[in-house]
Amino acid sequence: MEKFRSFDEIKKSLQNGDTSCKAIVNHYLENIQTKAHLNAFVEVYTQSALEKAEEIDKKLSTGKAGKLAGMVLGIKDVLCYQGHEANASSKILSGFESQFTATAIQRLIDEDAIIIGRLNCDEFGMGSSNENSVHGNTLNAADEGRVPGGSSGGSAVAVQANLCTASLGTDTGGSVRQPAAFTGTVGIKPTYSRVSRWGLIAYASSFDTIGVFSNNVKDNAMVLETMAGPDDYDSTSSKKPVPNYSELLHFDKRAKIACLKETMHSDALQDEIKQHTLDILDKLREEGHQVEEVDFPLLTYVLPTYYILTTAEASSNLSRFDGVKYGYRTPNAHNLESMYKLTRSEGFGEEVKRRIMLGTFVLSASYYDAYFTKAQKVRRMIKEFTENLLNKFDYIVMPTTPSVAFRFGEHRDDPVAMYLEDLFTVQASVSGVPAISIPNGNDSNGLPIGLQIMANSFKEADLYAFANYLMDLKSSN
Amino acid sequence: MKIDVNTLRKIAHLARLEFDEKGAEHMTKDMTQILDWVEKLNELDTSGVEPLTTMSSEENIMREDVVGEHLDHEKGLKNAPKRDSDYFRVPKVLE
Repeated sequence: MEKFRSFDEIKKSLQNGDTSCKAIVNHYLENIQTKAHLNAFVEVYTQSALEKAEEIDKKLSTGKAGKLAGMVLGIKDVLCYQGHEANASSKILSGFESQFTATAIQRLIDEDAIIIGRLNCDEFGMGSSNENSVHGNTLNAADEGRVPGGSSGGSAVAVQANLCTASLGTDTGGSVRQPAAFTGTVGIKPTYSRVSRWGLIAYASSFDTIGVFSNNVKDNAMVLETMAGPDDYDSTSSKKPVPNYSELLHFDKRAKIACLKETMHSDALQDEIKQHTLDILDKLREEGHQVEEVDFPLLTYVLPTYYILTTAEASSNLSRFDGVKYGYRTPNAHNLESMYKLTRSEGFGEEVKRRIMLGTFVLSASYYDAYFTKAQKVRRMIKEFTENLLNKFDYIVMPTTPSVAFRFGEHRDDPVAMYLEDLFTVQASVSGVPAISIPNGNDSNGLPIGLQIMANSFKEADLYAFANYLMDLKSSN
Repeated sequence: MKIDVNTLRKIAHLARLEFDEKGAEHMTKDMTQILDWVEKLNELDTSGVEPLTTMSSEENIMREDVVGEHLDHEKGLKNAPKRDSDYFRVPKVLE
């Protein structure tokens, strides 16, 4: 079977009777098997996916199928799906079976999307390379010696290698956008609170979002519009109505675009990425859009703010893993306290422990104000600066990442160097605004480059329309 | 901020984590490096800035306290490493 380039093609083939959901699922199952060495999927739901496909084929024949009939999705290993295992790629959740389904996933299932399996990621979403996983490394299909990015590395590769139609990831500081850039896929982080976090294993609750990977903008929009919206089980979820993004992709206005001087002149930015970004900005000017370079003096403060606040939240969120209620328990304990300590020390990986320790430190009585409160203040400054800029401009455009996909082990002994991979993506996370990464060509080694677009809170429709326009603009070259 | 082994032990106890000698050495080095890096925030004048404590723009809405669909007893205990018919089991707390 030919590779489907879009969900529209799948729908058309289903309508014409050229294919069936079962055939589509079988097609992806074959691809998953052929590409098993990429280690994107940690579990494939062969039987339940095929059963579901037959059920939906019957619905299609009677005209009663949901709007996502024919769409096959993979889900990141931090999302709960009832009756299926979820590990957050951590030993501490080994054997954990979800007792309920995440709201986001339930809404997709309700529209007849088929869940084909769960996808590798960094432990609890902490990492930028997918190297911190109890399931092992995921390989980038563009160059198998390189990382796919992280933390949603498996979700990115699953779409890149055509193992499913689209996939769910989560994005706390760039965990959808950075792997999307590294794999040449489309990846969105929606506005904070746009999608319910019920059923998402928490990392940093004031940053966590569920995002989408796809091969094109329209598929991405369809998935997000289906899962977004208020939820009784997440009191932070926004009650703002959700537009049908996928029907609002037409773009015909003159846009005002900001480009941040500090990102374009960053020492960390690779020349080829800079050139690809400048080319697209030139093209936008040629098309009559207003592109202006503006100062963002807070850029170097964004990552430190992010790390203080997310490690603090993580240290609190991950206190629930104590060997009592679920997952791994040490066999070596002699009393309750040693059970807690040994379970956690044996169950968590290095990076997770590092972040729990940092978070515990910045929340400890003597240092709370100097670190945690300080970072909360800077977060307000960054958020207000970003929102004000997005009141003056429609979009902020920049490279998604300073570098292309790096080699395995390259940042092994330097946690800060790894953190700097998220230099351009954390601004949207700290500010809560939506951002999308779209492919922007390849470098001279054939490695994908990503372009990031940010818009103001709840402007996903504008973001998708402009992203779609940019994809067309590039292909008209 | 230099993290010494004593501070590390205190923080580790608060976090219910343990490190052997080599692990502790490694962790003090990493934490010192990361804290030195995040202290960059001290360059910024934040006087008069209120800390941002919530990202949700939603207002709290109270609802009636009613019985709804929740995890039943058996499902709640399903994933326990050790349990009996009613409770999670843990090692002895009192000797």
